[in-house]
Amino acid sequence: MSSSKQPASTSFKAPDSSRLQLDEQGGLRHFLTIESLSKDILTEIMDVAESFSSVGHQAVKKVPVLRGKTIVNLFFENSTRTRTTFDLAAKRLSADVINLNIATSATSKGESILDTIRNLEAMHADMFVVRHADSGAAHFIANNVEPHVSVINAGDGSHAHPTQAMLDMFTIRQVKKDFSNLNVAIIGDILHSRVARSQIQALNTLGVKDIRVIAPRTLLPSDIGSLGAHAYGDLRQGLDNVDVIIMLRLQRERMGSALLPSEHEYFECFGLTEEKLAYAKPDVTVMHPGPINRGVEMDAAVADGAHSVILQQVTNGIAVRMAVMTLTLGHSRVAG
Amino acid sequence: MNILIKNGRVIDPANGYDGVQDVFIANGKIESLGTEPAGFKAELTIDASDQWIMPGFVDLSASLREPGYEHKATIASESKAAVSAGYTAVCCLPDTTPVLDTPSVAQLILDKAEEAGYAKVLPFGALTMGLEGHTLSEMFALKKAGCVAVSQAPKNNINSQVLRRALQYAKTHDLLVVLKPEDVLIKDRGCVHEGAISSRLGLAGIPVAAETAAIAQLIELVEETGARVHLTGISSAKAVSMLARAQFANIAMTADVHAHQLHLTELDVGTFDANYHVSPPLRSASDRDALLAGVVEGILNVSSGHQPHEAEAKQAPFPSTEPGISSLETVLPLMLKLVDEKLLSLSQLVSSLAHGPSEILGLETGCLSVGAPADICIVKAKETWQIDEKNWLSRGMNTPYLGHQMKGRVTYTLVNGRLVFGK
Repeated sequence: MSSSKQPASTSFKAPDSSRLQLDEQGGLRHFLTIESLSKDILTEIMDVAESFSSVGHQAVKKVPVLRGKTIVNLFFENSTRTRTTFDLAAKRLSADVINLNIATSATSKGESILDTIRNLEAMHADMFVVRHADSGAAHFIANNVEPHVSVINAGDGSHAHPTQAMLDMFTIRQVKKDFSNLNVAIIGDILHSRVARSQIQALNTLGVKDIRVIAPRTLLPSDIGSLGAHAYGDLRQGLDNVDVIIMLRLQRERMGSALLPSEHEYFECFGLTEEKLAYAKPDVTVMHPGPINRGVEMDAAVADGAHSVILQQVTNGIAVRMAVMTLTLGHSRVAG
Repeated sequence: MNILIKNGRVIDPANGYDGVQDVFIANGKIESLGTEPAGFKAELTIDASDQWIMPGFVDLSASLREPGYEHKATIASESKAAVSAGYTAVCCLPDTTPVLDTPSVAQLILDKAEEAGYAKVLPFGALTMGLEGHTLSEMFALKKAGCVAVSQAPKNNINSQVLRRALQYAKTHDLLVVLKPEDVLIKDRGCVHEGAISSRLGLAGIPVAAETAAIAQLIELVEETGARVHLTGISSAKAVSMLARAQFANIAMTADVHAHQLHLTELDVGTFDANYHVSPPLRSASDRDALLAGVVEGILNVSSGHQPHEAEAKQAPFPSTEPGISSLETVLPLMLKLVDEKLLSLSQLVSSLAHGPSEILGLETGCLSVGAPADICIVKAKETWQIDEKNWLSRGMNTPYLGHQMKGRVTYTLVNGRLVFGK
């Protein structure tokens, strides 16, 4: 079949978001997923975040980078913590911020996402920070916004949570300096985790050679190998010689749907205790995106212990989000 | 009306015939092939030089959306699209509102189809009341009202006890049962093939086992009850081999594959392109190749799986979009592409689109025998055309082929010897 477009029947489209999230100069236009971003871009995000790290310690915690810009936090799914850090990041950059919690608003059923977007564009928003329960929601919105508007994915379904992954990478870089010789293990519900998918992609791009996921088979994606990670069903084997442990939050509703028998058994097999920490390297770093279910994913002693960098992650979350907002809106300044 | 189709290449695998012959049509039937009947006076002569004359296609699976979803499509709009694509008969699924579970809804659909005057519309009555999977429908009454089969499609929400009894009851009235092989509990909220793409994009996957577990159960129940079952929309390699074994063992089970499944794979979903959100899901390249082999070997027939939608149905994040492709008008060019690539013979194309489905439904059509109803399409195989709003008749523009060049186009379609489409 001769065709004007590539015939769908013979195309071999690997998922590629680069055309959507990069501008013609290769800069960030949207920030939707780690997939397809280069090591240089990820490094630039961490470098810019580094430069913003001191802002929080100043007497006046503000820089005038995004003065006059309007950022809309568009949360179709509830999240206090993530929204707060985006809110704070935008305010420290001197942007005007609107928080819209669509999940609890009365219009959530009647109005389509496109109608919501059109209305907000009419109010001259420059950026949407989007969280939604559907995988692909941020891509959908980015495909439908006007050219001057940037979209940042603050978590879409089980697909991606790229700012969380970048703050985790930023934290790992602060602690371990270099990625190339690290063994990293992610423990928990990988199947439903947008955080894990983005982390695995970022770790791969940054050169980590041994990425492990540790979980029961019910909580692993069917094709984990294609993501570039090795699966372990046994915590002891999975943690052997590991430099960084990333714990995931376990959603309580997984118990009711025949994915897990009980929190008790999960903790016994996959929960992190001081004793199990000894399987890893002595200087192992323990991370968690929060909020922690103490006694389900990990012991309080581990969460609050010497290996834990959980609060450092929270602090870094603001700097990384400032960096991503600056880099994406920097695009629109150039583009006019 | 007496019609003469001249100089065309007649392709009729049911009679093992392929060659240039004139076709004489009178009283809605094929009067003669080759030799002019005594006293025949053509009121219309179609010159089919360099064109192919085939039996009209019979679609085993389409949703026509009426009654209840006229904002998506109507019987008039879709039966018109059907004849423009070479279909002379279209089976419609019972997923209307109200559900096609009473004779009055069947009658309404038949009336609308007759009023429109394009393709024959052959209704599938609901297997269970409201398609809810609990109570058997009045199958005898549905059959009397003109339903050619009973069906639980497009969902398969029926437990094993009700299914077994429904098969026994359908057998009593010698009714074909059309099912979509899908274990809805295994499928759960899945929206793409469980594999590389579901793993990467974090979309809920539909494992192959959702299909094969349902087929394994059905093979046992069909063997036990003796009911005739047709499976619509096969998607996996494993299912093809299970069907081959069942057919070899003389179990009365036939099946079809949607034409786009012979071309597309899970990778076409790309980054959340909702035009590729389809049920059953697009699976791996090896599944696609095995499905094609199934058609070549005669294990599978080919249906459209036509699911027209309004634009808004696809304008949402991927999992929240409605599955389905508006596919009636792309079936023939997609099948001809396989013939062009020498993956399929022309007679296999006609068998899988016309003769095979007709046999399953017990129709007299699907062939060009003398005395058979003159359900015929004439095809210009080399004509190229672009898929765009101007060239499209279905009310649903939800096709992943929008903007693509297609090769092979229908020039004339006759239903019961009446010209219902002509360019």
